[in-house]
Amino acid sequence: MATETAERKPTAKRIVIEPVTRVEGHGKVTILLDEQERVRQARLHIVEFRGFERYIRGRPYWEAPVLVQRLCGICPVSHHLAAAKAMDQVVGVDTLPPTAEKMRRLMHYGQMLQSHALHFFHLVSPDLLFGFDADPAIRNIVGVARKFPDLAVQGVMLRKYGQEIIKATAGKKIHGTGAIPGGINKNLSIAERDGFLKDLDQILAWSRGALKIARDYTMEHLKDLADFGSFESNHLSLIRADGAMDLYHGGLRAVGARGGKIFDHVDYRNYLDYIAEEVKPWSYMKFPFIKSLGPEKGWYRVGPLARLNTADFIDTPEAEAARKEFMALTKGKPNNVTMAYHWARMIELLHAAEKIRDLLHDADLQGTELRARGERRPVGIGLIEAPRGTLFHHYEVDENDQIARCNLIVSTTNNNTPMNRAVEKVAHDYLEGVQITEGLLNRIEVAIRAYDPCLSCATHAMGRMPLEVEIVGADGAVRARGGKGLYV
Amino acid sequence: MSESFTLTIDGVEVTAQPGQSILQAADAAGVYIPRLCAHPELEAFGACRVCTVKVNGRPQAACTTPATKGMIVENDTPELNEHRRSLIEMLFVEGNHFCMFCERSGNCELQALAYRLGIDAPRHDYQYPARTLDGSHPEVFIDRNRCILCGRCVRASRDVDGKHVFDFVGRGKGKRIWIDAESRLADTPLEGEDKAVEVCPVGAILRKGAAYAAPIGRRLYDHDPIGADIEAKRVGAPAAKGGKS
Ligand code: FES
Ligand code: NI
Repeated sequence: MATETAERKPTAKRIVIEPVTRVEGHGKVTILLDEQERVRQARLHIVEFRGFERYIRGRPYWEAPVLVQRLCGICPVSHHLAAAKAMDQVVGVDTLPPTAEKMRRLMHYGQMLQSHALHFFHLVSPDLLFGFDADPAIRNIVGVARKFPDLAVQGVMLRKYGQEIIKATAGKKIHGTGAIPGGINKNLSIAERDGFLKDLDQILAWSRGALKIARDYTMEHLKDLADFGSFESNHLSLIRADGAMDLYHGGLRAVGARGGKIFDHVDYRNYLDYIAEEVKPWSYMKFPFIKSLGPEKGWYRVGPLARLNTADFIDTPEAEAARKEFMALTKGKPNNVTMAYHWARMIELLHAAEKIRDLLHDADLQGTELRARGERRPVGIGLIEAPRGTLFHHYEVDENDQIARCNLIVSTTNNNTPMNRAVEKVAHDYLEGVQITEGLLNRIEVAIRAYDPCLSCATHAMGRMPLEVEIVGADGAVRARGGKGLYV
Repeated sequence: MSESFTLTIDGVEVTAQPGQSILQAADAAGVYIPRLCAHPELEAFGACRVCTVKVNGRPQAACTTPATKGMIVENDTPELNEHRRSLIEMLFVEGNHFCMFCERSGNCELQALAYRLGIDAPRHDYQYPARTLDGSHPEVFIDRNRCILCGRCVRASRDVDGKHVFDFVGRGKGKRIWIDAESRLADTPLEGEDKAVEVCPVGAILRKGAAYAAPIGRRLYDHDPIGADIEAKRVGAPAAKGGKS
């Protein structure tokens, strides 16, 4: 693989994947060739818009959990909760009342359920059901709805259930106000709870079904998938004190590609001692890395695969059984297969459904102590395991209660280097000559999609992002261009 | 004490007491006249003109015009509501009102009026003025982006709190509410419990620590439109009507 120093050599050639339209931001893949017309490097360019950090300056801190939802129309709840966790710190609250924490968790599992379901059923299932090389005109959700109508309905219903949970906890499906500094503004009424309990068995059954599809597909195609867009990497996530997967809260754990712990149970308020962000001249999006390993070796993956790799266990029985089977494949060592993200994601889908069940049976959700208060602090740092991976929110608040500084590292930015590596691997393996073939395009799309990037989050534009590919020669001239109909 | 008398509003006979404005008489009778700067505990001011009605065919501010015997008042007419809509649209574009994250959303009189009058999107261009915030006070936060110059805080501070914390400065487009201090709210005698803080109809003067306390669905105007409380007082009133007039 090419190093960052080599790419600055003027002799490099480049292949580019660019957006069909730039209206909603900008996703582009450039494949750089060397003098021998071999792939030297691939770059995923996303125009990361950081205007938000400037916009929020001066706003009162309590507004942040609501305001930040404007960052992304796809994962507003993750931003809502990460900002609320940061603002808990600002109001001096380290432990929320049980009702508040559990309501927020319910909101988060609802978001996890709807986000994972949307991604798997709408975006991924066509690739799995029809194959990567199927005509994009069929390889989409409409094609799935036609050939597998039950599946398409399940996807819609799982998503709807998650959204209803978000509404019951946050007040609205997007731009909710539920999480406030130090707590939550409502509990769950008995009527709301019973409404969710009614459909719960069906939700669990569908989640099991989705997991089975992802698992069976991976096992059946193991030989082809193992190497597809794959590479070794570190893995990072939050982890509960006892080593359990915890999507809402925990300390930071990073493991190496072969399983050695790099750091563990790090209080995330000290994340700056462990994580840094590298800026590269060709990308607007930063490249986070583990400081002790440096930018060359310290980049890491986040999201479902990373979380499976960092967790010692999952605290819900069905997801735990699935985790064991998943980890057995790599004899308990981290799984570095890009396409294993889908299986891992569906284990989390089932885990989220199990967690929702447990919470719905917890009387704390009907508690009335909703908010704690404490001594004001100047800094708030909130991390959460968003559906796409670890999300960092960091604020400095001045003595007038106004936000003085804000830094966000969104999940998709954490996966920046891995997505570049995945594309590079695919380009290496599937580029023939200097031609952008349908097969190459489809595979680039499939590899990026495994990471479920929220380009909307990273760029703060709305909607899914069209993607274009460009091949650039060693002389800097564009040699080929393509990408119509590609979406991630 | 002098005698009560009657007038008609939109063809309905309404009883009024001497000294009442048209707005007060209408309120007492359960007839809602839209308003922004008027407040039941404050002296009428006549600044926003949202309460404009036609008295014997001539436009008048209902909050400052005394009710008189036999008056013929038009209120809920397409023409007057159109006039109100355009006033409110102007207020929206002249400030920076982002309801989607404003903590007053659902409790805001400006937003509620826009809903009641059926305003979807303003027809004018947003002006995005540069406005300042003041967070210096331990209990109160000012966001001038959302100030509509109704002057309620000016009157409440002067007449109820007896403090004169707020006043108008500048004129025309540059007119704004200013405070009786060099530049910081913290340097004024304002207190969190002051009437001046409570009466702000929008999200300009905010009590710290109260944001988003009411969940969506339990805010003032989540179910009934603004004015529904007044209309409920009407004898034989039908159930509160929907958000659009
Ligand atoms: S309410 Fe009468 S002029 Fe404002
Ligand atoms: Ni997003």
